[in-house]
Amino acid sequence: MSSAAFQILIDRTGPTVKLSGDWTSLTLGEEAMGLRAALRETSGPARIALDNLGRLDTAGAYAILRAIHPSPAPAAAPDRPDVARLFDLVRPAIEKEEAEAGAPNWLYGIFDGIGRGLYAFADEALRAAAFVGQLISALGRTIRHPSRLRGISVTRVMETAGADALPIIMVMNFFIGTVVALVGANLLSSLGVSVFTVELVGVAVLREFAILFTAILLAGRSASSFAAQIGSMKMNQEVDAMQVMGVDQFDALVVPRVLALLWMMPLLTFAGMISGIVGGLLVSWVAMDMSPTFFLERLQQAVPARHFWIGMSKAPLLAILIATAGCRHGLFVGGDVESLGQRVTSAVVQAIFMIILFDAIFALIYLQLGL
Amino acid sequence: MNAPVSLPPPVRVRGLRSAFGDNVIHDGLNLDVRRGEILAIVGGSGTGKSVLLNTILGLKRPDGGQVEIFGRDVHDPSAEAQVERRTGVMFQSGALFSALTVSQNVEAPLREHTSLPDDFVRELAHLKIKLVGLMSRAADLMPAELSGGMRKRVGIARALALDPELLFLDEPTAGLDPIGAAEFDQLTRELCDSLGLTVLIITHDLDTLYTITDRVAVLADRKVVATAPVAELERSDHPWIRSYFNGPRGRAAQDAGRRNERTP
Repeated sequence: MSSAAFQILIDRTGPTVKLSGDWTSLTLGEEAMGLRAALRETSGPARIALDNLGRLDTAGAYAILRAIHPSPAPAAAPDRPDVARLFDLVRPAIEKEEAEAGAPNWLYGIFDGIGRGLYAFADEALRAAAFVGQLISALGRTIRHPSRLRGISVTRVMETAGADALPIIMVMNFFIGTVVALVGANLLSSLGVSVFTVELVGVAVLREFAILFTAILLAGRSASSFAAQIGSMKMNQEVDAMQVMGVDQFDALVVPRVLALLWMMPLLTFAGMISGIVGGLLVSWVAMDMSPTFFLERLQQAVPARHFWIGMSKAPLLAILIATAGCRHGLFVGGDVESLGQRVTSAVVQAIFMIILFDAIFALIYLQLGL
Repeated sequence: MNAPVSLPPPVRVRGLRSAFGDNVIHDGLNLDVRRGEILAIVGGSGTGKSVLLNTILGLKRPDGGQVEIFGRDVHDPSAEAQVERRTGVMFQSGALFSALTVSQNVEAPLREHTSLPDDFVRELAHLKIKLVGLMSRAADLMPAELSGGMRKRVGIARALALDPELLFLDEPTAGLDPIGAAEFDQLTRELCDSLGLTVLIITHDLDTLYTITDRVAVLADRKVVATAPVAELERSDHPWIRSYFNGPRGRAAQDAGRRNERTP
């Protein structure tokens, strides 16, 4: 293989281009555009001499014909029928290219992008509203006819999304409890009131951290898996098959997941609270010589039970937010792998965003109520 | 091309044995593809057509025997890059990269294997897209936005990106309507003639066999039992070949093939 080369000779009759070497996609290199640039600087139509041309493919034929456009294709030697065939194949496509030209400019691209973005946003909002409506009516149907509920699906989701998440939720909340106790002990002992560590751990874990971190972990763990499960069923046309059979996709896919998470979330939060407090208790014991009995007694006296109920009261709403974010994005998956990845990501991001947002709203409401 | 007669055949399979555990798929299979021909491989379901294709492409290691492409063993590491550049494959459902646009899909092999300038690569990709009969508007679409037929055309455009000498088509007309399938067959024949391609087709489509193939290799009894033009295979007395070509569908395709010959 020799690389492509050309030489331009100018005499009285005009420029002549002598091509040599192999003009193929592998040997063209920079000459692909070089010939076009060189011919733009010469005046008048150029003659093309193909005598020394080696191998030629569509890339080479395109480079040559595009450079001399709109002159007709040069005549190939009679012993090179392949060259003539390639010119015949490529030439019509270049003429079509000319007819289709008029590429949109960059300004068009910007407005095109803005318009598409707005449309996609509005479309998404509309579909999300429709999803909520369908979910509410499906839940209503399930309440009126409890026999429609798919018990096996519910228990399976309770196991995979709930029970299987128990160890990680307990470990995580344990560490949250230890961190709160350590930071609190450090700060409060400098003020000489290190006993308040108990209140700090109790209020923080019961009221905010247990529910918040359990919800965030479930968003990462379950919202993503709901979206991926339903999304791949959608890609595999399983969802379509259900619809054709008369199986309601909300009854079969969404309601069991929502109910299972609704049931498991308070239980997981409760487990998270316990292990958070155990974490705080251990730190107080080891770092501050506070006996576990004293810690628990003080916890009962100083931390009112309303903090526990405030924490628990957020569980149902956050469970619904997580499950619906996962199921909704799963059902919105299009036909391709790309959209599956996108939807799983959005499910998790939106679930976490909603968790934080609603936690803040809860905090404001309870503050106004003076709780 | 001015190919000397002594060049090795594009594909040469000798004594191939493939097995999954105790299940022997091929035993002593021989196959030659001649330069410039369109050869189809047919066979019943489960006779290992796809396994044979994967073995020829080097995706699966043979359990015995030899597979050569252009005279080089497909599993010789030093030959790999060369074989990749000289062959193109269209997979059954296109196997387009779903994260890339149509144009980027066609550009991918060019960017991988050549040092062409960016602008030229883009223009060349658009050229290939037009050569397979798509509008250049299609270049900016994502694979998910294409119909099945368009996806196959993009698949063949990508397979042809580097101007390979040898093209593999896996069930090119499966899932296409008869009109689309006929157009696709025509496209294959035209590209084969104008680019001097050698084409190996895996197919079930009797119409494809009758309209565009030069020879047909029949897989049965774990080997290639016959390789011949369709007209000759019709006269074969192998039981599977007889029932394949002389069943109701086979006869309909024969009639259609003859009609086509009379009114080209």
